[in-house]
Amino acid sequence: MVNITVEDKNGTRQDLELPTDMGLSLMEVLKASEYNILATCGGMALCATCHVEVLEGADKLPELNDPEYDMLDTLPDATPDSRLACQLRISDEMEGMVVRLMAEED
Amino acid sequence: MKETDICIIGAGPVGLFAVFEAGLLKMRCHLIDALPQVGGQLSEIYPQKPIYDIPGSPGVLAQDHVNNLLTQIEPFSPTYSLGERVEAVEKLEDGSFITTTNEGTKVASKVVVIAGGLGSFEPRKPAIQNLEDFENGKGVTYMVKDPEMFRDKDIILAGGGDSALDWTIHLAEIAKSLTLVHRNETFRGAPDSAEQVFNMANEGKINLVLKSNIVKIGGNATLEEVNIADHNKEETVHKADYLIPLFGLSPKLGPIANWGLNVDKNAIQVDTFDYSTNVPGIFAIGDINTYPGKLKLILCGFHEAALMAQSAFKYVYPEQKLSFKYTTVNGVQAF
Repeated sequence: MVNITVEDKNGTRQDLELPTDMGLSLMEVLKASEYNILATCGGMALCATCHVEVLEGADKLPELNDPEYDMLDTLPDATPDSRLACQLRISDEMEGMVVRLMAEED
Repeated sequence: MKETDICIIGAGPVGLFAVFEAGLLKMRCHLIDALPQVGGQLSEIYPQKPIYDIPGSPGVLAQDHVNNLLTQIEPFSPTYSLGERVEAVEKLEDGSFITTTNEGTKVASKVVVIAGGLGSFEPRKPAIQNLEDFENGKGVTYMVKDPEMFRDKDIILAGGGDSALDWTIHLAEIAKSLTLVHRNETFRGAPDSAEQVFNMANEGKINLVLKSNIVKIGGNATLEEVNIADHNKEETVHKADYLIPLFGLSPKLGPIANWGLNVDKNAIQVDTFDYSTNVPGIFAIGDINTYPGKLKLILCGFHEAALMAQSAFKYVYPEQKLSFKYTTVNGVQAF
């Protein structure tokens, strides 16, 4: 299990304890936790509607792949620590990570 | 006024297959879609991705699947209004409907089927405060419909994808001046296009502003100037007749929310008996609907289309009795 903190659009933070052995992506976990994210394309890094900004722990995450980079490039409000939640697999490296939801709401 | 039996809103895979199921029951269909081509998400977002869970089609490319559906529904001669967004669905006293698009197209039908997927794809807008004040012909536009309107104008484009690169190359020939603003130092669009854009900047044909973004726009009535901030947040003011932000498309439920249908979390509530909505004669199928156990799968949408057609028949042919026939027995009777 790994513990992360999610900050919603209103600035409200919630701690989540997540399993690392189920192959889940951060997008899937956020949806399952009833956050209103669209995740239109279902996790193919094709729509950028699961955009998050990693406030703490960004340096421990795997590097961006090309499709993720491409999609983030289409977002006017992307920052250097922006990621697509669908491309981040829940792993032990995420311990203590803080992410802020950036995507338009469902 | 176009007249048809069923007006289908959304020409994605489920909307297209609904034409087939309706056609088997001798009902004609007109399809409307906000995108300029049929296929919905499959054609717009992932045409080259394989889909593995279409029954009988192992690993079919999304665009090939759309093409297959078009071939399948050809016998039923569907008609289309593409690149138009439905604004209103009006129910008449006799129970029939008039569907009106943003281009003023009107479709009269006995049944309306909403197969709208995630809603209509609309341009993603940058976070600039007074952007809306300059939309609708006042300088800010999200697509290039008629390049001639930019002749001898000062244009600012924003974005880093293929469409930003392509339009930069194209419009540079026409415009008086063209400035491309991009958040990054490099472009992830097609390398050939990126190289061409860098060459044009070196030759002084365009003004390339990298690691920057647009923070403010202004003007009296129409757009006159655009403030661009670099990565040190230093602002420069640029003269502009047009600003064209090109940041891709994102789906929006849009006007569907205002048609008096029961909506839950951006999806239309339906009765799983026939995928009817709370308004008699309006059905919702595919990703746009919701019911207990809903799965957003193309194959589920196909099933929903088949059941919808059975009920839609009662609205189109109220005097006739419906007898169920297999295509293996009856074949496909083209119109």
